Amino acid sequence: MAELLKAENVSEVFGGLKAVSDFNFYINRGELVGLIGPNGAGKTTAFNLFTGVYMPTTGDITFDGKSIVGLKPYQITKRGIARTFQNIRLFSELSVLDNVKIAYHTNLKYNLVESVFRIGRYFREEEETEEEARKLLKIFHLEDKADEQAKNLPYGAQRRLEIARALATKPKLLLLDEPAAGMNPQETKELMDMIQWIRKEFGLTVLLIEHDMSLVMGICERIYVLEYGMIIAEGTPVEIQKNPEVIRAYLGGED
Amino acid sequence: MKFLRKNDLIMLAFALVLFAVLQGLITGRVLSAFWQFNLLIVGINVIMAVSLNLINGYTGQFSLGHAGFMAVGAYIAVICTANFHVPFLLALLAGGAAAGFIGFLIGLPTLRLQGDYLAIATLGLGEIIRIVIMNIDYVGGAAGFKGIPHNTNFAWVFFIMLFALFFIKNFVNSNHGRACLAIRENEIAAEAMGVNTTKYKVMAFTIGAAFAGVAGGLFAHCFYIINPSSFTFMQSFNYLIMVVLGGLGSITGSIAGAFVVTFISAALASWPEFRMIIYALALIALMMKRPQGLFGYMELTNASIFDKIFRRGRA
Repeated sequence: MAELLKAENVSEVFGGLKAVSDFNFYINRGELVGLIGPNGAGKTTAFNLFTGVYMPTTGDITFDGKSIVGLKPYQITKRGIARTFQNIRLFSELSVLDNVKIAYHTNLKYNLVESVFRIGRYFREEEETEEEARKLLKIFHLEDKADEQAKNLPYGAQRRLEIARALATKPKLLLLDEPAAGMNPQETKELMDMIQWIRKEFGLTVLLIEHDMSLVMGICERIYVLEYGMIIAEGTPVEIQKNPEVIRAYLGGED
Repeated sequence: MKFLRKNDLIMLAFALVLFAVLQGLITGRVLSAFWQFNLLIVGINVIMAVSLNLINGYTGQFSLGHAGFMAVGAYIAVICTANFHVPFLLALLAGGAAAGFIGFLIGLPTLRLQGDYLAIATLGLGEIIRIVIMNIDYVGGAAGFKGIPHNTNFAWVFFIMLFALFFIKNFVNSNHGRACLAIRENEIAAEAMGVNTTKYKVMAFTIGAAFAGVAGGLFAHCFYIINPSSFTFMQSFNYLIMVVLGGLGSITGSIAGAFVVTFISAALASWPEFRMIIYALALIALMMKRPQGLFGYMELTNASIFDKIFRRGRA
């Protein structure tokens, strides 16, 4: 299996702080990989490096065989990486439907003149977008809420909307930043099923950051463990659970 | 979607009836010269408010230099008509294009700033435009540009206003407009959804500036003479009041805001000392009772109006 995303010797330095160092990472096409670690270990920094929010101080990141270092976030989205955010970032004053429609941005081809005079591709593409967006909302059980303002959704629904919106960009790789944060065990269980289902349905590769171990150990095929910006372990859930370094990082131990 | 087209036609028919009525009042001399003049100013202010709303309300970029773009359009248009006898429409377009170009040049560096910083930068740039014009002898400097043909009439203002409303309404309801809304709501998320935020901020700024330029051309041709003092910061602030009063992010709101502000200031023309006090009180009251503006994000569409009428009719 070919590698979809690969990071080689990546480090990110903020002033004197090494947020991530000697980061070597890969994810194969179709894999479901977890990234775990204590708070402040650099997990979200890794996401920000993958999506172009930060530029790596050293090292190289390749996606689909091409380097993505130096690309802007919107360009990386076009290449096929979509993400959700740890602290939900919806377009909160807009309707649920519009939140998803915005994510079709790069797939819509009609130009400024066509949009202002409503000619050419405008109506056909808008109709297609509307239809696809509603389909996606249906998958995430949000179809009844399509016209509601995103900020009025309950917390769990907001998390689902973020995933729906990320999928609307038609990604190859989906990055989920703590998708189960703040969810109860029942909601987490549903989320796990949903992640596995969309992965098959959309042929996705998924990388997720999560603190909920039942979710990580339950669905991830491979896990990376980060601590102080370094990868301290990598392996299957069973291997990770037995790894003494990981146990030390999470539970503490004698030096 | 065919329904939308039908709605547009109803709106157009309504606008034409409104035009016929108002034009009838003007040609029938029912309206005094004073109110005829204010009708022109209302139309121009609607263009100004809606174009500023595109930048401030829809894209969320707080700009305070709108009068500067108006000045560029006004001066370019009067140079075209008075000095080179260019047809009026072409002169207006030239003014709009020039203002749009200046907007593009200014927007590219300043739109990297956010919030207060952007407001200060655009305020400063608006003043710079005015002071530069004041120091160009070719356009009369501070004394003003004399000998402008009196080309603006109600038909010009009304139909250009209609076009501006049509243009901005359709822009906002397209993929491009949604990109602008996304920037207003959350810039980081917009970028993550594939929106080139710099491009769309500059696009909204340029379109807004271009319409301000066209409005400036219309404004200048209402008078025999214009001078830079018509385009001060206070004027920019006035347009901002219209937008905020009507509701940031609502086209109907901007129309209402332009109407209310223009008519209050016209009605108070004989008591200029009270004007600013009443303005201030009206704004304070509005911000306390309805901080989102008269319309908030809502639009008054013919569909919603008919809906109300018919429902009431049945009840």
